[in-house]
Amino acid sequence: MPESYAVAAHQFDDLEQQQEASSLGIWVFIATEIMFFGGLFTGYTVYRTQYFASFVAGSHLLDLKLGAFNTAVLIGSSLTMALAVYAAQTGKRKALVVFLILTMILGSMFLGIKFSEYATKYEHHLIPGIRFAPEGAYPPQMELYFSFYFAMTALHALHMIIGLGLLAVLVGMAARGRFSPESHNPVEVIGIYWHFVDIVWIFLFPLLYLVGGR
Amino acid sequence: MSTVSVEDPERSESPVHYLNIHYGVKSWLLTTDHKRIALLYLASITFFFLIGGTAAVLIRMNLLTPTGLLVEPATYNKLFSIHGIVMVFFFLIPSIPAVLGNFLVPLMIGARDLAFPKLNLLSWYVYIVGGMFTLYAVIAGGVDTGWTFYAPYSSTYSNSHVMATALGVFITGFSSILTGLNFIVTIHKMRAPGMTWFRLPLFIWAMYATSVIFILGTPVLGISIVLIALERAFHLGFFNPALGGDPLLFQHLFWFYSHPAVYIMILPAMGVESELITCFSRKRIFGYSFVAMSSLAIALLGFLVWAHHMFVAGVSMYAGMVFSILSYLVGVPSSVKVFNWTATLYKGSISYSAPMLYGMGFIGLFSMGGVTGMFLASLGMDVHVHDTYFVIAHFHYIMVGGAVMAYLGGIHYWWPKISGRLYPEGWARFSALVIFLGFNLTFFPQYILGYLGMPRRYPVYPPEFQVLNVMSTAGASILGIGYLIPLIYLIWSMRYGPVASSNPWGATGLEWKTASPPPTENFEETPVVTEEAYAYPSREVKVA
Amino acid sequence: MPPGIPLAPPQASTFAPGVDHLFLFLLGVTGSVAILVFLLIFVFAVKYRRRSPDEIPPKVHESIFLEVGWIGIPFLLMMVMFGWGASIYYQEFHPPAGSLEIFVVGKQWMWKLQHPEGKREINELHVPVGRPVKLTMTSEDVIHDFFVPAFRIKKDVLPGRYSSLWFEATKTGRYHFFCSQYCGTNHSEMKGWVDVMSPADYQQWLGGGAGGESMEQAGARLFQKFACTNCHHPDNSGRAPTLVGVYGKPVKLSDGSTVVADDAYIRESILRPAAKVVAGYQPIMPTFQGQLNEEGILQLIAYIKSLKIPETPERMKTAP
Repeated sequence: MPESYAVAAHQFDDLEQQQEASSLGIWVFIATEIMFFGGLFTGYTVYRTQYFASFVAGSHLLDLKLGAFNTAVLIGSSLTMALAVYAAQTGKRKALVVFLILTMILGSMFLGIKFSEYATKYEHHLIPGIRFAPEGAYPPQMELYFSFYFAMTALHALHMIIGLGLLAVLVGMAARGRFSPESHNPVEVIGIYWHFVDIVWIFLFPLLYLVGGR
Repeated sequence: MSTVSVEDPERSESPVHYLNIHYGVKSWLLTTDHKRIALLYLASITFFFLIGGTAAVLIRMNLLTPTGLLVEPATYNKLFSIHGIVMVFFFLIPSIPAVLGNFLVPLMIGARDLAFPKLNLLSWYVYIVGGMFTLYAVIAGGVDTGWTFYAPYSSTYSNSHVMATALGVFITGFSSILTGLNFIVTIHKMRAPGMTWFRLPLFIWAMYATSVIFILGTPVLGISIVLIALERAFHLGFFNPALGGDPLLFQHLFWFYSHPAVYIMILPAMGVESELITCFSRKRIFGYSFVAMSSLAIALLGFLVWAHHMFVAGVSMYAGMVFSILSYLVGVPSSVKVFNWTATLYKGSISYSAPMLYGMGFIGLFSMGGVTGMFLASLGMDVHVHDTYFVIAHFHYIMVGGAVMAYLGGIHYWWPKISGRLYPEGWARFSALVIFLGFNLTFFPQYILGYLGMPRRYPVYPPEFQVLNVMSTAGASILGIGYLIPLIYLIWSMRYGPVASSNPWGATGLEWKTASPPPTENFEETPVVTEEAYAYPSREVKVA
Repeated sequence: MPPGIPLAPPQASTFAPGVDHLFLFLLGVTGSVAILVFLLIFVFAVKYRRRSPDEIPPKVHESIFLEVGWIGIPFLLMMVMFGWGASIYYQEFHPPAGSLEIFVVGKQWMWKLQHPEGKREINELHVPVGRPVKLTMTSEDVIHDFFVPAFRIKKDVLPGRYSSLWFEATKTGRYHFFCSQYCGTNHSEMKGWVDVMSPADYQQWLGGGAGGESMEQAGARLFQKFACTNCHHPDNSGRAPTLVGVYGKPVKLSDGSTVVADDAYIRESILRPAAKVVAGYQPIMPTFQGQLNEEGILQLIAYIKSLKIPETPERMKTAP
């Protein structure tokens, strides 16, 4: 982070150029992220088409209520993140800190619920490869569904954890008054990242929880 | 050569530049100067080149006899795997972008540094960490999956160090992504006043196109490697047919990156070539916008041709036909470049300086690789030569003949700027010739071997293939020497070479308008660009 | 070239001359363009060499005509290359009806082949000259590839699915075949010989040796051994659909879709019975994964294929 935060770093001509560069940077990064998740979504789509029945059966073993609640939690966190960015733009230091912390609380809540879902899956012997022995008959490719379920949600959760770490840094900086209406790039950039992670979940929720209609 | 007068650089007398402004290991390992980072990359990719090259030498020696001269098949498999993995992921992909790109992108567009200097340094560390994992895999016993990591062999059957290697390749991918991100933002936002898009040097266009592939392709390779690792660690079924998975899906995901990755290796080389051809024929490039746009066309079309690696893998007939047509389409912009370079020479003032010899060698070898690509894109032909030495020869002509030739040409061309010294011209011309001849002797016989049906990755082969294999090995020893000569005299020239002026070639381009070596901030004051790229002076000739 | 080194493998299949002609065409076209470019570079490099250090070359005007020309002409030539290659590819995907069918199983690191009459061989393939032969191939482990240079054909052999390859040999003799998809330590030992014989010799060879059971008979034996008959009654009275006359015909599934009962479907139904259940039946069939190897499955398929609907319905009861 720049030592004197209202001055552009040496390679930039001015703050405006610096800001444009960092916002283009985060969008390019998000393009990378889309391709990263894209590989998984492609695999998911291929197998879901091929083994639809197995995917429906697997999906019906998820807890729809928890998934829906988590979706709401995450949308809520996007709202608080947007409010935090607004607070940064308008120079409201206290509001910025509060909204960032609220975002962190909601994000942690999401992760807590997610991990409790994982724990339930473990109890129900639904961990592919390690502990996969669901009760009763099940369609043969259900394990594949759960492989994708875990790979996709875990990758998403990893992004959430990284996001929480970044938010924690932001809170520290905000509390020390590092941001001003003229200079608050990190808030904007991490805000965009946070929204992206939320949007990924908006896709994951129907793809994983709502297969075949419920 | 040894009599070249040695100037004793008194620090107090020589001007301050990026090399002598700070001393000590720390000033290098913590630098955020793009020029120093470029040199960090230069040293590290040279190290990996030597590892991959050693493996190549052992491979070629083993193939001297039909039963394998040196090593057991299991060891041979590890040798070609490490050769492929190291050369592709740790040498070719970072070679021109991370060394010359890092050094030149800010200089060529008139910027003080890349947009994110710390990210740039991070990308080098990420590269080194990935490299360490891969080196660990080599030292611990090697990996035998080939650089393609095909499932289910890599995910289930191989007993070698797949996990460490996969992790190494995965981590290194992030270094590419960070470099690409940095270049895209820098080229968009940091151009000097007057440096419009169509005044950009073609090297910058090539870097831009390459960065697009870094950004959009690398993460797909990343996720495929993660899936292989998960499948291996937890016995999941992503690509395992016994669990409903499909091994072809891995090939689709892998080639979705790895075909564009071929363009990561060749597009920058094409960019270098455009600089060499123009400078050493003192001509504006013929068809600037066609050459510039063909880079973007290659980058974009390159994403639509991946399944041409799978014509015999079990894709449907119609998929084969679609990908065959698309593969021909991507051939068009490549040939456009070759024709435009040739036309640039017309009525030029052509110098035979060493970089130009490398540049001409590039056109020759790249064209040979390119036209044999036409054979491979033709479905009926590909069925016969796929997975044979014909393919090996084809991609070595592109990636070694093309990319490495241009890389060396570029290193020579910008060496005065990088080091502030001139290399010995005679030795440089000699090595260009040795490399060109050695290369052709190594790889031309492999086209014939391939057509005769010798499959790739064979440590043991039927005796009728021996003569051609011996020819190839003989060529490889010449080639190996050819690569060592520049290594020696370039290092020598860093201390003993004649001091270079700021523009020894009389080239256009902003990088030649600052001192050699440049100061840390690149330019005394921000340059203002008033003319197009390659504005070499020319006589107006009356046309009847 | 040193004397004695051939430039192409022998032409021993109906595909070989076509592929070689295509090769010569490609070589002719791309070679002329490449030589033209090299000549131009050479001539320019000599003619326009720098004669004095401060030489200033004349201005050369760009030409949109040239640009369009060297985009358009190569493109048209490439489309010819595409069409020619694609037409060979098309033929390679369409084996003639009545081809002799031979079953190939690849495993690390050997090829197991079986003729419909029951004759088995390892790393050797005997075929008659002048008769189309279709290989139905699968792998027991990793991906392999069956490649016969003299026939100019190859195809990957994947686990978990059937791939097919066909050829018609035109010359008797012994020709190499290779595994050309890297498959592990002894990949390069996974090779063998195709023995192309005259039809008479082939018949003699088939008859020679131990008179083993045919694939059909072996399949029938497995059908009994695994008690398939308990459910799959020939007259459709069992808990499972009859298999008589089902091969190659469309089958209606419980989810309303239709599949053709080909090799791949039968294989899947044996190993993953619940994946595609026939309409009107319960998914009660157990999996036979792990109990049957790839050869056994191929034999069962050969047997099911042989179950034809007889002329008169009464005779159905006598079917096995």
